Amino acid sequence: MTTPAVQLRDVVAVQQQFPLLSGVSVTLAAGSLTVVTGANGSGKTSLLRLLAGVLPVTTGEATVLGVDLLHHHAEVRRRVGWLGHDGSFYADLSVEENLTFAARALGRPLADIAPALERVGLAHRRAVRTKDLSAGQRRRLGLAWLLVRRAELWLLDEPYASLDDQGRQFFDGLLGDVQRGGATVVMSAHDALRSTTLTPDLLVMAGGRLVEGP
Amino acid sequence: MIRVAWLVARKDLRIELRSKVLLWQVLPFGALALLLCGLALGPADAGHSRAAPGLFYLVTLFVALLMINRSQAVEQTPGTAESVATLGMDPAGVFLGKTVALAVELWVAAGLLLAGTVVVLHTSLVGTVHALPSVFVTLGAMACAGTLYGALTAGDDGPATLLPILALPAFAPLLVAGERSFSAALHGGALWEWWVIDLVALAGYVAIGVLLYGVLEE
Repeated sequence: MTTPAVQLRDVVAVQQQFPLLSGVSVTLAAGSLTVVTGANGSGKTSLLRLLAGVLPVTTGEATVLGVDLLHHHAEVRRRVGWLGHDGSFYADLSVEENLTFAARALGRPLADIAPALERVGLAHRRAVRTKDLSAGQRRRLGLAWLLVRRAELWLLDEPYASLDDQGRQFFDGLLGDVQRGGATVVMSAHDALRSTTLTPDLLVMAGGRLVEGP
Repeated sequence: MIRVAWLVARKDLRIELRSKVLLWQVLPFGALALLLCGLALGPADAGHSRAAPGLFYLVTLFVALLMINRSQAVEQTPGTAESVATLGMDPAGVFLGKTVALAVELWVAAGLLLAGTVVVLHTSLVGTVHALPSVFVTLGAMACAGTLYGALTAGDDGPATLLPILALPAFAPLLVAGERSFSAALHGGALWEWWVIDLVALAGYVAIGVLLYGVLEE
């Protein structure tokens, strides 16, 4: 039996005495695609941050990619990829410089950058400063960032925000490829995914709790 | 560690070169502050006052606080902190890289401000040149302490106001030693004793940063 990509049992995460997650238990299979939905403040982003090893687990058991998150969060961090609301990079560096920085930090080959930019349709914008990109292009750069780093677990916070229909279709296609390549994808969204090609599992959160799961 | 430090330092300096915040905002502010110091002393006293080294370090402190906030702000744009955290870089290397970049920026600023002290406060050119090694070390130590305190306050509300309150006690001995050393270079006296105090502080802050920066980042 394959090791699950994510296994949480009664996980509680508290930050500045405020409970962000309250007793979350869930298991996500390796190679699965999961959408986390819920109202604002329901804990969607907190769950993703916890899986990224950025938000500490206060109590409970948490394993990500087979690694104990409580004691080895640094190892988890290097194997996951995070795409935040507004992109995830340095605004004054160019598209290519941001990807070069990520590749060098992770010891990935720089030769992966050009194909990643081609794949997300940003090859012609490689020398442009990130702050001069449109919101949709910053999303694409975020995807290139994750492609270059070869993340095993993709954590995408509201990835469909500010994407037009063409962008959504492109995103669906890329995520399908990523999933077929063996990576696991967990993304947050206000609503259930309106995709004709992807069939994700659905997690519904409210008040830091999981109220509906796979 | 060294590889990460080199990577981070290059990245921070490149961001500074692109944004030109140091060139168009911080340096003009420092030059104006120094000019105001000269005006406050008045034309009669500026050439004779022993306050020039202290005024130089006071203005440098203002500039340093701006640059420390700037150094941390580039890491705090939405999504960037999480994304960079998931790169899993060695915290000691990140500390050294950010410190080196900040030190380079402070040295550049200090070069201009020292020239300003010669012009505006009429310090002797030879004495100012003699003070260069001690200024170099003092600002290196300030960059170390500033990077530590910048990381400590970066995630909190109002880092721009919290940083000076927390960092000033750490900067005070460095500034006193720097000022004494600069005064000695200008007017004679115990130059090396004060210089060595900053050197020891620099070594201490480097050791603390290498050991504790990861904890502060968390």
